[in-house]
Amino acid sequence: MSENKLQTLAVLVENEAGVLSQISRLFSRKGYNIESLAVGTTHDPTISRITIEVNADDDRAELLCNQLRKMIPVYSVKLLSHNNSIRRELVLIKVKAEDTIVRNEVLQIAGVFRASVIDVSVDTLTIAVIGEEEKVNAIFDLLKQHGILEMVRTGVIAIERGARMITEETKEKDEFDFGKSVI
Amino acid sequence: MKKTGAEILIECLNEQGVDTIFGYPGGTILNVYDALYKNEGKIQHVLTSHEQGAAHAADGYARSTGKVGVCFATSGPGATNLISGIATAYMDSSPVVFISCNVAENLIGKDSFQEVDTTGITSPITKCNFLISDVNKLADTVREAFAIARSGRPGPVLIDMLKNVTAEKAEYKFLPVEKHAQSGKLADLLKRASHDLKAPEVDQSDIDKLVDMIKDSERPFIICGGGVVRSRADKEFKTFAEKVDGPVAITVMGAGGIPGRHPLATGMIGMHGTQASNIAADQCDLLISVGCRFSDRVALNPASFAKNAKIVHIDIDRSEINKNVETDHHIIGDAKKVLQLVNKGLRKQSHQEWKDHVFTYPIETVYDEDDSKLTPKQVLSTIAKLAPQDTIVSTDVGQHQMWAIQHFHFDYPGQLLTSGGFGTMGFGLGAAIGAKVSHPDKTVVHITGDGSFRMNCNELATEEHYKLPIITVIFDNKTLGMVRQWQTLIYDKRYAETDLHRGPDFVKLAEAYGLKGKRVTNVKELKAVLKQALKGDVGYVIDCVIDTDEMVRPMVSGGSHITNFLAI
Repeated sequence: MSENKLQTLAVLVENEAGVLSQISRLFSRKGYNIESLAVGTTHDPTISRITIEVNADDDRAELLCNQLRKMIPVYSVKLLSHNNSIRRELVLIKVKAEDTIVRNEVLQIAGVFRASVIDVSVDTLTIAVIGEEEKVNAIFDLLKQHGILEMVRTGVIAIERGARMITEETKEKDEFDFGKSVI
Repeated sequence: MKKTGAEILIECLNEQGVDTIFGYPGGTILNVYDALYKNEGKIQHVLTSHEQGAAHAADGYARSTGKVGVCFATSGPGATNLISGIATAYMDSSPVVFISCNVAENLIGKDSFQEVDTTGITSPITKCNFLISDVNKLADTVREAFAIARSGRPGPVLIDMLKNVTAEKAEYKFLPVEKHAQSGKLADLLKRASHDLKAPEVDQSDIDKLVDMIKDSERPFIICGGGVVRSRADKEFKTFAEKVDGPVAITVMGAGGIPGRHPLATGMIGMHGTQASNIAADQCDLLISVGCRFSDRVALNPASFAKNAKIVHIDIDRSEINKNVETDHHIIGDAKKVLQLVNKGLRKQSHQEWKDHVFTYPIETVYDEDDSKLTPKQVLSTIAKLAPQDTIVSTDVGQHQMWAIQHFHFDYPGQLLTSGGFGTMGFGLGAAIGAKVSHPDKTVVHITGDGSFRMNCNELATEEHYKLPIITVIFDNKTLGMVRQWQTLIYDKRYAETDLHRGPDFVKLAEAYGLKGKRVTNVKELKAVLKQALKGDVGYVIDCVIDTDEMVRPMVSGGSHITNFLAI
């Protein structure tokens, strides 16, 4: 059995009430804590795409995919390899910045990380940064000293590089479809 | 033609050819019952004493006929009373469509009288569930629900309808079942890449690989699981087993997949498996599992299970592969089709030496027997001897269940109705009712224990009212026998809360329900009562007094190695 690592699952589902709770319940039922979850509609408004990250070994992750494929509202599931996919997260950080020195330093840090300042008040600066967790963690560590007042993350979304797509056929999926064919 | 939601529902059940519904009415489902009343009895409705009994009856109907069972319940407690029944059907892959109603749309979310989130509660124990708030979607959804319940790996599906939907009107047009896949939601579902209605072709290279593995094997061993029973693949399985010429063990759910007295049959495998089965699993060099998911009661210790063997897993559900036990090869498909293909490619093998070796170990437990008292084996062999060969047996859960599978020897799929996966005490009487309603010409025997029987004996009222002459045989040891057995073997005889020296008097109870009751203490008495009961005029409750300390043997404790017998 291979070791645990962060696995990224992309799931296409029916855009219907209750589907998200069914999906997330599957993870808790099988004993997995969801590290990150992001949901939104796709170019087809009847279909939502869910990106889920969990800690699991490769075999268990494949089992989770098969459990997900079994659910009727699920269109397709793919385990995204971190080498072949782009993962991004949007993080908003509100920092205490009461004097000019701090304010300048925060603006500099934001510049280095290509983060944008999206709100300014007398006492605070709010920064938006997009990236993978390494980048987010790095800017977080640097801003921490000035006092982070609030932080909010969207959860990771991911897409494969090049022409690969989530709806691609695989042997696992073919086998799966057979088990599920209706009537 | 415009019809109300309730009428559309009944029409959709007619489309499916539903002949029997088990259920219990209530406030929110009134319109549906009204439509059923106006349907002039084209569909028989069986009113049980409790919704759980209705759920088990619909499940028993499905298991014994192979068709989809149907169960009705009202909102709130009606729906929650179904839960054990739905979970039982889910764990054993039994196709049942549960239909419940919920409060009207204007009352939803207000903690109204008898309101509960039925679809939320049942989501982890159904293959799929639907909340219908638009009457225009009703017919499509019912068609989809039946298709999903019976397709692939079967399972329960629940439809929850808001009360206003049952009264609102929509256009309804009759559509024969064959055309369901081309219309509405089902067509959309099938259009999706993930749900194509593909020709159910099994990968031929997978079949060839299995055939080669069988040819190379010197000590093959086969497990017959519930998949063989669900796909009614008993004929194909028998041919397969004979061609492989290796010992065959059954799981609880696989009972009936191969004739119980077949010369290759080694009996049950697992926690209460026979010595022959468990030792064969340990010593074989090729283990072929057909429709079995290697549950903890079968594989016991997944790491050491069949460690000398290559494991081949044949299953219809891709998500079962490598779930519990790591396998070397797998074939995804319906047991019947896979076995047909394997049989085509496989020549008859011969493994006389290996069989001789396995069959030196017992395939049935031996008990000390004398005429003064009843042993479990005596009770079962007496029933097997006197009752017709095609008798349907339902069981509850506990010692009597294991004894029934060890000693009754089931011959065909659907002959045994038992809660294997979920282990639901109180399943048996409901299931027996479902079986007797659908098989009025067959003898139905309900084997139970005094603990299990007490749980849902209220269904004796249903048995009496519908004149269903079911024979209930109670293994009355005045204790929760299986739990007591664990307490004896593992808890140093500290019998915490397992003593059942208490009422009721089951004979008087049967009489109170208008049935016949008799207590027996030896084989002679049992034979005499059974002969009366088998005439089938009236339901019987036969209270068989057996020893409190009688145990199910052999036994391997959970999680240990499969040949590590705690008792033999």
